[in-house]
Amino acid sequence: MSITATLTVRRGEGGQMTTTSSYEVPYTPGQSVLDGLRYVRAHLDPTVAIRHSCLSANTCKECMIQVDGKVDYACTARLEPREMLLEPLGNKAHLRDLVTEVAPPDERLAHALAARAKAEG
Amino acid sequence: MEKGARVSQDLVHFETDVLVIGSGAAGMAAALSAGGAGASVIIADRSLIGRSGATIMAQMTVAVALGSQTPDASEFHLADTLKAGRDLCEPSLSSLVCEEGPQDILKLDEWRVGWARNEDGSIRQAHAPGHDRPRCVYVDFLSTGPAVAKTLRGRVLREKGVTRIGDLYITDLTVTDGVVTGAVGFSMADGRAITIAAGAVVLATGGLTRLYGRNSASANMAGDGFALALRAGAELIDMEFVQFFPIGHLAPRLVGMDPIMWDPFRYKLGGKLLNAEFREFVNDYGNEEEGRYNVTRDRATFAILSEVKAGRGSPAGGAYLSFQHIPEADLRAAFGPVIDRLAANGIDLTQMPIEVAPIAHYHMGGVRVNRAMETTVPGLYAAGEVNGGSNGANRLSGNAITEALVFGRHAGESAARFARGTGRTAGAPQAALDLVTATTGVETENYAGDIEELQKVMADLVGPFRTEAGLTEALARIAAIKARLGALPPGVPGLYDMARLDWFDLRTMLEVAEMVTRSALARKESRGAHQRDDFPLMDPAYVLHHRVRRAGDAIVLDRVPVEGSTLVEVA
Repeated sequence: MSITATLTVRRGEGGQMTTTSSYEVPYTPGQSVLDGLRYVRAHLDPTVAIRHSCLSANTCKECMIQVDGKVDYACTARLEPREMLLEPLGNKAHLRDLVTEVAPPDERLAHALAARAKAEG
Repeated sequence: MEKGARVSQDLVHFETDVLVIGSGAAGMAAALSAGGAGASVIIADRSLIGRSGATIMAQMTVAVALGSQTPDASEFHLADTLKAGRDLCEPSLSSLVCEEGPQDILKLDEWRVGWARNEDGSIRQAHAPGHDRPRCVYVDFLSTGPAVAKTLRGRVLREKGVTRIGDLYITDLTVTDGVVTGAVGFSMADGRAITIAAGAVVLATGGLTRLYGRNSASANMAGDGFALALRAGAELIDMEFVQFFPIGHLAPRLVGMDPIMWDPFRYKLGGKLLNAEFREFVNDYGNEEEGRYNVTRDRATFAILSEVKAGRGSPAGGAYLSFQHIPEADLRAAFGPVIDRLAANGIDLTQMPIEVAPIAHYHMGGVRVNRAMETTVPGLYAAGEVNGGSNGANRLSGNAITEALVFGRHAGESAARFARGTGRTAGAPQAALDLVTATTGVETENYAGDIEELQKVMADLVGPFRTEAGLTEALARIAAIKARLGALPPGVPGLYDMARLDWFDLRTMLEVAEMVTRSALARKESRGAHQRDDFPLMDPAYVLHHRVRRAGDAIVLDRVPVEGSTLVEVA
């Protein structure tokens, strides 16, 4: 039997995280948690939300989440052949599943709308 | 076009002189020059401003004829660029990059990007493959891209007329009476539909490397700009030319590092490419690499994959790259902290070779532009990797960021000028609004899985080596995936809905995959990054661009001459 990892993901949107979903993914040594989550999305459940831009290069810094209660990047945290608990950051506005609002405040839509309203008096 | 199209309470509308789509080096350069010319600018990115796309992933080289340590001139840089492009460059575009590159690179230096220096204080220039002399500036260690992105981002922040909006996904351009007048999209963060009326639009969305499973750019480089341009009626050229970076990291698994990181190692330390028999092989394929890293990307990719095909590949299916002959002190002097990051991945270069293989890296083809970065549709401009023509059939290493800066600056200036002479047109096409506001039931199709399947089709059948049978099969499989793409995105507009995002991405990727594959099928020869097993030689009859355009719902392909060539059709 091949070795697997179990990813237990806190689910929900807008701060209402009512459930968790568990996914069993194939494990090979050296993989990242993001590798596991990308497998989940393509093969098991595409509704799981995890934002990332670069692929495991750790340059975009978008994939910051909590892995077993510790803040880490999904792209550099190693996948392990056991159950791992994945949760969104606790100190950022929650959007969906593992995605939180990580954009600088002045680069968000709300800021552009507020700036326009102010300019229009 | 419908005026006064449906506006719901959730619809957000902006007006601006210039809309820039994409915030890598090209997009930020365009925003800076348009803003500097007095235009109001919105710079939109589907991810974070200045932190997504390919620029930030750049590891090292930026080619520019500064002559800071070896005498140089733009003519020499141009000669190398045209040579690498295998007769398909548009010289007027390539020369613009070579002639004006120095001013943009020195501007970045003035803005303290941190170009590496020689002991005498001059800007250091590395000798990269395909160049006749040391010509590439860089920021240590492997920090060129992040430093360029951060420096530009800092300047954009100070530009008062520029509004930055991240997590804004543009789905369609608005075309009014044949002129691009804005765009439609949605906010990734909350799902709200957005329309933007703009005097002019600049596409700076980068390339299409996400079409391939193994790639060296970002997940958001799905070819958005190519599809947006196509749907708006613009012409694209050279779509068959996808650059594979020959020595992308393959094994052992490496996290937290860019897969193209071995390029800088080869610039500084040489390194040896070995086959399964631990024998150097690159020169077996007509190259002359003598202890120095000088073989162009298309030729190195060909050599590595030919060895794999001959059964002499490394265990993971590539080649070994060895630095075992380099003393540890030299490794550390050249790459300092990177050596520790490798150790964290269990890699000790003094003890083991690593495995490398070609990886999708850059797109030479793209939107057809002139020297003012005007596309063939009024009001639409394009800059950076999304453009076609300047790199021909194979891009010279180091030209990507230089080009992004030069073309971005011109696109911003041109767009600002056009916007000054034109009014704004409100409204947006109903079909585009219908997509971003669609409310549909639960989706049974896994579009993330479909994207993975498409990536496999492209890697297996439309990769570095191509055949008529393979390309024909690829077109059939692309059509089969397309048949599974529902007419509307799944779900309802909401918070960061990736399943919905996948639908939009797959729609784009299928269009772009078809453009690449059909162009590749029509080019019955091997040239630069396009290698046909069934037509292994370069054929002078094909010194032509393949041009793709949209006619109704179909993509049509024909040929147009290369600038300066008298050839108008394959004999």
